Amino acid sequence: MANSSDTIPQFRKSGGGDGQSVSLTNLSAFSGGIGVKSMAEVLAILAVAVVIVGGVEASLRLFEVPHYIMPPPSAIFRALVTEFPLIAPHLGHTLVELFAGFAIGASVGLVLAAVVTQFPFAEKVIAPYILLLVTTPMLALVPLLILRFGFGYEPRIIAVALASGPMVMINSATGFRRVDSAKIALARSYGASTLQIFWKIRAPMALPMILVGLMIGAIFGLLTAVGAEMVGGGFGLGNRLTTYSSMIQMPQFFAVVLILSILGILIYTTFFLIGKKWASWET
Amino acid sequence: MNAVDGTTPKLVVQDATKVYATASGDLKALDRCSLHVNANEIVSIVGPSGCGKTTLLWSMSGLHGLTSGQVTLDGRRIDGPHPDIGIVFQEANLLPWRDLDANIRFPFEIKGQKPDRAWIDHLLHRVGLDGFGGKFPRELSGGMQQRAAIVRALSLKPQVLLMDEPFGALDTFTREDMNRLVEEIWLDSPTTIVFITHSIEEAIFLSDRVVVLSGRPGRVASVYPVPFARPRSLEIMATKEVFDLTNAIKMEIVGKRTSLKSAPAEPERVD
Repeated sequence: MANSSDTIPQFRKSGGGDGQSVSLTNLSAFSGGIGVKSMAEVLAILAVAVVIVGGVEASLRLFEVPHYIMPPPSAIFRALVTEFPLIAPHLGHTLVELFAGFAIGASVGLVLAAVVTQFPFAEKVIAPYILLLVTTPMLALVPLLILRFGFGYEPRIIAVALASGPMVMINSATGFRRVDSAKIALARSYGASTLQIFWKIRAPMALPMILVGLMIGAIFGLLTAVGAEMVGGGFGLGNRLTTYSSMIQMPQFFAVVLILSILGILIYTTFFLIGKKWASWET
Repeated sequence: MNAVDGTTPKLVVQDATKVYATASGDLKALDRCSLHVNANEIVSIVGPSGCGKTTLLWSMSGLHGLTSGQVTLDGRRIDGPHPDIGIVFQEANLLPWRDLDANIRFPFEIKGQKPDRAWIDHLLHRVGLDGFGGKFPRELSGGMQQRAAIVRALSLKPQVLLMDEPFGALDTFTREDMNRLVEEIWLDSPTTIVFITHSIEEAIFLSDRVVVLSGRPGRVASVYPVPFARPRSLEIMATKEVFDLTNAIKMEIVGKRTSLKSAPAEPERVD
């Protein structure tokens, strides 16, 4: 005799005690990442950088460590400047793979998350397979993909999509699952349709988690792109890493590593700033 | 027809019964609950925690279907959200990603209507929120958030305002301010209000009648008329009549609570 469609009205306890308040700006690993800093903090960070880089430079010179073991920072910077014209096309290739693979993977992941969370049964069925995709390193598939698709962009783009998609999907799904029955009731009390509830309540509520998913997905995509390039094919930053290390050109090798770090930081910063602009309401 | 004063009730709840399906079996929240609210009357519903107050209000608003029984507005049965019914939820229930203006625009967006700017500005001024349109909910105090929620509910000029423990999360002083604000708004432009609360003082201050629900499943235990003149000043609220009425209601609710002691533990909080 029970009305199965209705659930007991419950309200979010004040203080976000639902344990689901997550966003780019309050994940502990990111807090204080690139937030507003005082002059003193900026100076302190720069001072630490100077001390570390200077210390490494000085000790490498003092103990006369050979360049093929560890080049000093000055040599790495010099290599970065002089070799950049040669590295730039490879950077371009890596970016193409990253953008194409991420665009495909993230779109599929996002749409899948939005659709699947509307159907709890479908979600339960799909969940183990998504988990499998998340936990299996997609790099393992690259040799197979190369056999099938050759040494061009295709296997790498597929690998990037396979690596980033499930990350986007699993985090976005967490976001879409955050149901606040009071907010949905509010929308329904004005006669909102299912589609309106999705766009005006569920999507904005999910946004912070979607951004977390996009960021992790993009970082995993970069990782996979570089890894796939190391496995095979004659171009890309990963290919440069294997080439330079096999020729024991360590300054150039570290210059590429530096470029990869900068790429990673750019990815993080981009999503951090998007989150700050569009999802800061949660913190 | 209402036997007491010959007017037709605005809102009628007839034999409302509501059973929820839960993991631990069916849960009866309301059991043949009947009450009526006259036009421009303020009726409060009080009762022990978990007695089905919120379930009753959600059913009145059409957000919930009833297992049996019905709710009628002006004689017409309510089976879904109704444009003439406004709701003020617990804890303001503002959308945190929207600033105050956008929150108040929200109902109009859903309905595809143009907001009545002049009326909204009047309401914002009325509750003392002019100039706060660009603020986000987290930048506002609990009282301000709830005032914004009241503006949002009134912006559509509902004929009936259902208020679900709107001030339960506020401190006593803010709560008293909010009570006076509701009274002022009602004196300005009388409307039909159903007010759910834990606070008997609040219920008596605001209401024409106080409905006491018994514990789970919710049933109307008794109805107390509140005959005091409005506006209800501190002096009126300090009279012996008010004190006696407060105590009578308190005794009844406490009496129901103690009699419930032998009942099995409640699986979940529903109020």
